[in-house]
Amino acid sequence: MIKLRSVSKSFGSTVVLHETNLDVPTGDTTVLIGPSGCGKSTILKLIMGLLAPTSGAIEIDGEQITAANIIGWRRRIGYVIQEGGLFAHLTVRNNILLMAKHLKEPVEPMETRLRELCELTHFPEDALRRYPVELSGGQRQRVSLMRALMLKPSLLLLDEPFGALDPMVRARLQDDLKEIFKRLQQTIVMVTHDMAEAAFFSDEMVLLNQGRIVQSGTLADLRTTPASEFVRDFLHAQRGLAEI
Amino acid sequence: MKSLGFLLAVLAFCSTVRAQPIVAGSKRFTESYVLGDIARVALQQAGFAVVHKQGMGGTIILWQALRDDDIQVYPEYTGTISEEILKAKQPLSTDEMRALLRQDDVGMTGDLGFNNTYGLVMRRDRAAKLGIRTISDLPNHPDLNLGLSLEFLGRRDGWGPLSTRYDLQMQNVRGMDHALAYAALAAGSIDLTDAYSTDAKIEENNLVVLDDNLHFFPQYQAVFLYRLDIDKRAATALENLAGTIDEVRMRHLNSEAERTKDYTYAAELYFGQKYVSPSRNLAEKIGRLTWRHLEFVGASLFLGIIAGIPLGIRASRPGPVSNIILSTTSVIQTIPSLALLALLVPLPFFGISSVTAIFALFLYSLLPIVRNTATGLQDIPTTVRESAAALGLEPQAQLWKVFLPLASRTILAGVKTSAIINVGTATLAALIGVGGLGEPIISGLNLNDTGTILQGAIPAALLALLVQFFFDALDRVFVPKGLRLKQ
Repeated sequence: MIKLRSVSKSFGSTVVLHETNLDVPTGDTTVLIGPSGCGKSTILKLIMGLLAPTSGAIEIDGEQITAANIIGWRRRIGYVIQEGGLFAHLTVRNNILLMAKHLKEPVEPMETRLRELCELTHFPEDALRRYPVELSGGQRQRVSLMRALMLKPSLLLLDEPFGALDPMVRARLQDDLKEIFKRLQQTIVMVTHDMAEAAFFSDEMVLLNQGRIVQSGTLADLRTTPASEFVRDFLHAQRGLAEI
Repeated sequence: MKSLGFLLAVLAFCSTVRAQPIVAGSKRFTESYVLGDIARVALQQAGFAVVHKQGMGGTIILWQALRDDDIQVYPEYTGTISEEILKAKQPLSTDEMRALLRQDDVGMTGDLGFNNTYGLVMRRDRAAKLGIRTISDLPNHPDLNLGLSLEFLGRRDGWGPLSTRYDLQMQNVRGMDHALAYAALAAGSIDLTDAYSTDAKIEENNLVVLDDNLHFFPQYQAVFLYRLDIDKRAATALENLAGTIDEVRMRHLNSEAERTKDYTYAAELYFGQKYVSPSRNLAEKIGRLTWRHLEFVGASLFLGIIAGIPLGIRASRPGPVSNIILSTTSVIQTIPSLALLALLVPLPFFGISSVTAIFALFLYSLLPIVRNTATGLQDIPTTVRESAAALGLEPQAQLWKVFLPLASRTILAGVKTSAIINVGTATLAALIGVGGLGEPIISGLNLNDTGTILQGAIPAALLALLVQFFFDALDRVFVPKGLRLKQ
C-alpha cells in the first residue's frame, strides 16, 4: 500500500501538485491519468524520491520514505519511463543485470531470472548482446521493463511506457504487458494521458487536472457520475472511447 | 584533497633529481650563451662538474635563480646590476655594487674587458639618406618605424627615460622579439631597433650605431655574478676570466657562434680548443630533446588528468564553486607562458627546474580536461540520470558505472586536446633552460636561423600527430562500444 499524505510539490512559486491524499491498494493496477502538466508524472517521481515533496509525506507499506531509506526502497520498486532510459554504453544484458551485479547477486539465479524475463517479455535471447542503439523502440521498452523487474520488485511504476511507440507496436506491447501484469499479481501504478489505455489496464483510475485529483474510480464511474465539467470534457475528447 | 597530496608527492620526487654539479645560467641572447659556456669550460678546467642551462630568460629569472641557488653563476652587465637588480638612484662604483650584492650572498668578478652597452641601430644606407648620426637627430624624424625589444621598452635605462632625455616623440613604436627585429630591419619593415654594442649583427647587416651624444646609456661592463658559497677554487677560476675578452674579441665570438649556430664552438674558440663538429650527433641530440619533451608532456598530462577530471566532475554540478573552477582554469589559460614562468620561478620549491616546467604545463592542461568533463556530464539526459538513480545505485556508483562511461568520449576528447596543446606549449621549458624541443626553436630564433628552428619545430609537429594517433587508438579502449555504434 502506497499512501500520499498531504503531499504537495512546488518549484519556486509554481505549484505542480497541490496538497494531495492518495491510497494505492496492494495488488491493484492504478492508472494516473490527465492532460500534460497535471502532475501525474510528478507523483511517480515523488514516490521514487527523484523529487522531494514540498510538504507532506509518502509511506510505502507503513514506512515513511526519507533520504536515508530511499536507496533501499528504489531497489524494491521497478520504474519504467517513456524513452526507456537505457544506458547506451551497456549491452541489453548488462543494462538488465547492472543492479544485480552491483549488489553481487549469485550468478546462477541471475542467469535464470534473465531467461525468465526474456520469455515473459517476448524478447529474443540472442539480442541480449546488442546495444540500445541497435534496438527498435518497442524492444527498448521491453528491455526497460526487464531491467525494472530483474530484482523482483514489490511495486512497479510506469511513466507513459507506450508514449514513444507507433500504434502497431504499441498495441502488441499493451497486450503483452496486460498479460505480464496478470502473471505478476503486483501493485502497479501507471501514468498515461490516454483514456482507452487507462481503461484497458486499470482496476482504478485517478484523474488529475492542474495539480489536483479530480475524480477516482472505474471508467464506468467517471462516465455515469462525472465529478465536474472537466471530467465530462476529458472523456469526450478521447475519440473512439465509445466502443470500449 | 587526495589528488593535491599526490601532486605534491610527484613534484617532490621530481625535485630530488636535481643536478648536483655547478649550474651556470645564461640569458636568451647569443653573447650570454657564449659567456655562459665560457664559464662552464673554465670551471670544468678547474676540475668541477658543470651544467650550462642555456637561455633561461631575462634578468629577473636569472637573478632569482641565483639567489635561490638554482644556478650558481651567470654572466651579467654592470649597468643591469645597478639599474635592474639593485635599483640604484645614482651610478654606483664597482665596490659599492660588490658590497650591496654581498647582502644577497652574491659575488661579482672583475669586468671581463668589454662594454656592451645599449645602442640604437639603423641600416647604414637609411641613416645616411635621412642624415641621422646621433640620437639627437631623431626628433626631426618622428614618423620613423621603431621595433624595440620588449625588455628595452620596459627597462629603467630603456626607451621611456631615453625618450624623455632626448625629448623624442616617435609616433610608431612597437615591441618585438630582439632576434626578429634584425630580420625586420633588413626587410625594411622597421627603421630602427635597440642593440648591444658587441652584437655581431651590427657588422653583418651593415648597421650603424647612433651616437649617444647626451651619454644616456650607463656602462655595461660584462662580469660574472656567482654565489659566494661556491668552492673558492671555482670563484678563482671565474675571477681569472676578468680582463681577458675585449670588445673586438667578443664581437668575433658572437659572430662565430651565429655563423656556426653553435655556442659551444665559440666558447671553445676562446680557450683555443679543437672544435668537434656537432652534426654527427644531430640525430642523437634531437632524439634526446624529443624524449625530454615527451617527459614534460607525459608528466604534466598525467597530473592534468588526475586533478582535472575530479575538478570537472565537481564543476558539472550547478553552483558558485563550479563557476570558480571554470573561470580560474580559463584565466590560467590566458597567462602567457613566459609570464607564468616568471610568476612560478620565485616561489619556494619551484625555481629553475623541470618541476616548474611540468607544473606550468599542468596548469595549461587543466582547461580542456575540466571543461570537457563538466560538459560531458552535463549533457547526459535527465531521463538517463533519473533511471540511474531509480535503479537504487548510490551516487558514487551512478557516477562510476553510468555517468563517467557515458561522458567518456567527451572527456577523452578533452584529454586529447590537452595533450596536443601541451606538445606545443612544452617548448616553454627551454625558456628556463631545462631542455625539450623548445631549445633549438629558441636558439634558432635568437640566431635568426630557420634550420635550427626546424630541428625543434619538425619533431614537435610530428609528435603532435603521433599523440593524435595514439589518442584515436585509445578511443577504442576507453570509449564503450555502445557509444561508438551508429544509430
